[in-house]
Amino acid sequence: MSTALETTYRECVREAIRDALQRDPRVFLMGEDVGHYGGCYAVSKGLLAEFGEERIRDTPLSENGFTGIGIGAALGGLRPIVEIMTVNFSFLALDQIINNAATLLHMSGGAFNVPLVIRMATGAGRQLAAQHSHSMEGWYAHIPGLRVLTPATLEDARGMLWTALEDPDPVLIFEHVMLYNRAGSLAADAGPVDIERAAVRREGGDVTLLTYGGALHKTLEAAEALAAEGISAEVVDLRVLRPLDEATIVASVARTRRAVVVDEGWRSGGVSAEIATRIMERAFWELDAPVERVCGAEVPIPYPAHLEQAALPQVAGIVAAARRTLGR
Amino acid sequence: MADIVMPSLGADMESGRLAQWLIKPGDRIARGDVIAVVETQKGAIEIEAFEAGTVAGLAIGEGEEVPVGAVIARLEAPGEEAAGAEPAAAEPASAASPAPVEPAGPPLREPAAAPAPRPDGARRRVSPAARTLAARLGLDLAGLGPGSGPGGAVVSGDVRRAAEAVRAAGPPAAPPQGARAAGLDLEEMRKAIAAAMARSKREIPHYYLVQVVDLQAASDWLAARNAERSPEARLLIAVLLLKASALALREHGAFNGTWEDGAFRPGAGIHIGNAVAIRGGGLVAPAIHDVDRLDLETLMAKLRDLVTRARRGGLRSSELSDPTVTVSSLGERGVDRLLGVIYPPQVALLGFGRVGERVLARDGVAVVRQSVELSLAADHRVSDGHSGGLFLRRIADLLQEPDRLLA
Repeated sequence: MSTALETTYRECVREAIRDALQRDPRVFLMGEDVGHYGGCYAVSKGLLAEFGEERIRDTPLSENGFTGIGIGAALGGLRPIVEIMTVNFSFLALDQIINNAATLLHMSGGAFNVPLVIRMATGAGRQLAAQHSHSMEGWYAHIPGLRVLTPATLEDARGMLWTALEDPDPVLIFEHVMLYNRAGSLAADAGPVDIERAAVRREGGDVTLLTYGGALHKTLEAAEALAAEGISAEVVDLRVLRPLDEATIVASVARTRRAVVVDEGWRSGGVSAEIATRIMERAFWELDAPVERVCGAEVPIPYPAHLEQAALPQVAGIVAAARRTLGR
Repeated sequence: MADIVMPSLGADMESGRLAQWLIKPGDRIARGDVIAVVETQKGAIEIEAFEAGTVAGLAIGEGEEVPVGAVIARLEAPGEEAAGAEPAAAEPASAASPAPVEPAGPPLREPAAAPAPRPDGARRRVSPAARTLAARLGLDLAGLGPGSGPGGAVVSGDVRRAAEAVRAAGPPAAPPQGARAAGLDLEEMRKAIAAAMARSKREIPHYYLVQVVDLQAASDWLAARNAERSPEARLLIAVLLLKASALALREHGAFNGTWEDGAFRPGAGIHIGNAVAIRGGGLVAPAIHDVDRLDLETLMAKLRDLVTRARRGGLRSSELSDPTVTVSSLGERGVDRLLGVIYPPQVALLGFGRVGERVLARDGVAVVRQSVELSLAADHRVSDGHSGGLFLRRIADLLQEPDRLLA
């Protein structure tokens, strides 16, 4: 029997990195300000002192450069964890991520795989404005050759990293900035988790709310509010945006016959568009209502707090969308 | 004007013979009335009316055999004028003359380039799920609406409620003699079983898993619960096994559904077919609907009722048409373990053996516990042993905490 620990998402990510560094000498962490500063979200605080400069490596502001170094190290037999401060900055490294990491296995006829893990912060809510706040994980979920993870719970923050490092191919992990301070209890022996399946976080029979990452907790709140109105909402945490766990999505929607996709990313061409399409392809005859979406407003994320909040999915909007699927 | 058609009472049914009419032209009927007895290989089945109206004409005579979907009678909605009711054009294939139906939802935005009239009348909003379910239940959508869905759309819940209403209307006070008289033709039933089981073993790559499940907690819980109840209000352990299976199926959808046209279709609900042995040799597996949502008392009542009617030959059309999985128990016969044959097009069958005392090892000590051997026969095209194992473990886990079965 394990006891539960009070902890935070930030500490879970840190524990996951520490655990990986201890388990496997090939693992190292590299990125901007991950060493002396302790990470811009304080995730890697203390790790430099514990593991030394060989394994906790500060890099210059050069995303394409150090991501490329990570790919090279992975090809050379190491297991790098590359941290990119925020997803907006990862665009500087798109060439390495998409043209190299995602393609080398294919282009080498299966000879060279790239066991690289890239972690990045994503999402809005901290008033960091339009160059630090976007949810671009949907873009990466478009790319064959990548696995895209969105840990939303303490268990997943603690457990996805090791499984990702064991994956022989590149894995991207998106940590929503509003989750880092999230506190809760975690089993003391919590360890690696699967990176294949979506998870039903709350069971319900009337409507399925599909979401991931930072929007999960708002969605759970919405489900609670709906329960007070007598609407039983099931909440599915996608967890893995690529490859999508279609079976769990379809099974849930086939049961509830109604679906609302909640995605902080933009609606056009985004994750929500993909999910809604899969539902149409695989579960059309099970539906009792059109699929609803609650997405980020199609604007660059604003700086003022009230406008920023107005641009994001909120509980009231999710509740209203769920009601619409029930004709209420 | 609405059509009453020969309903499908299972994927293997292609036609039915009308044994007896219980209505005649001019009769006013209500939803849920038993209107005819149809003989199938599964025995004589009572056909229920899904809507109210006046019988305008009978399209086929007693003793006639017609394919599933063929019109067998016409019905005028209440208040509809009997405007020269053309008596029973007995051409099953041709769609009935379209009867315009009031649009249930908000009017269409624009009728564009006048589409060809649809066989079901004017365009209404009916959800895909409602259409699927209505087709499966043989329910005519023309009698429904406006619905409870977005914009007044008819949704599956409306169809389900309509079917429930029929069921709730219940067994008619005086059960039609025909049903009894026709009884069960065990020879025909054996043919149906032969066809279904041969198809199953020919087409379905079965795999089998068995797990011993500790039932001590469940038995104790049940004993405490039953202690305060009169004998007829007591629950049987079979109800706990059914409910645990249903709750586990919610999370393990790959075992609840059908394999049709080369692909898996998840079940529209958790409708568990219960294998019931017929005296004299025979077997039917009629469904209890939405088992995961029934409380234990309701489930117990439904199970009792189902077994009784299955044995005397009074099953209803809605019970045979849509089971999504089957449960079989042979424990009462002293069988320890049963490895089932899946009933196509379903993809899984759960088997429960004898519930009784066994010696189990617990923490290094041999102890005597109430237990059962739980087996799964599943379709390897849809699921693998790994997920099957997780599914069985989930059932076993639920049975360790019987309070969770109250949900």
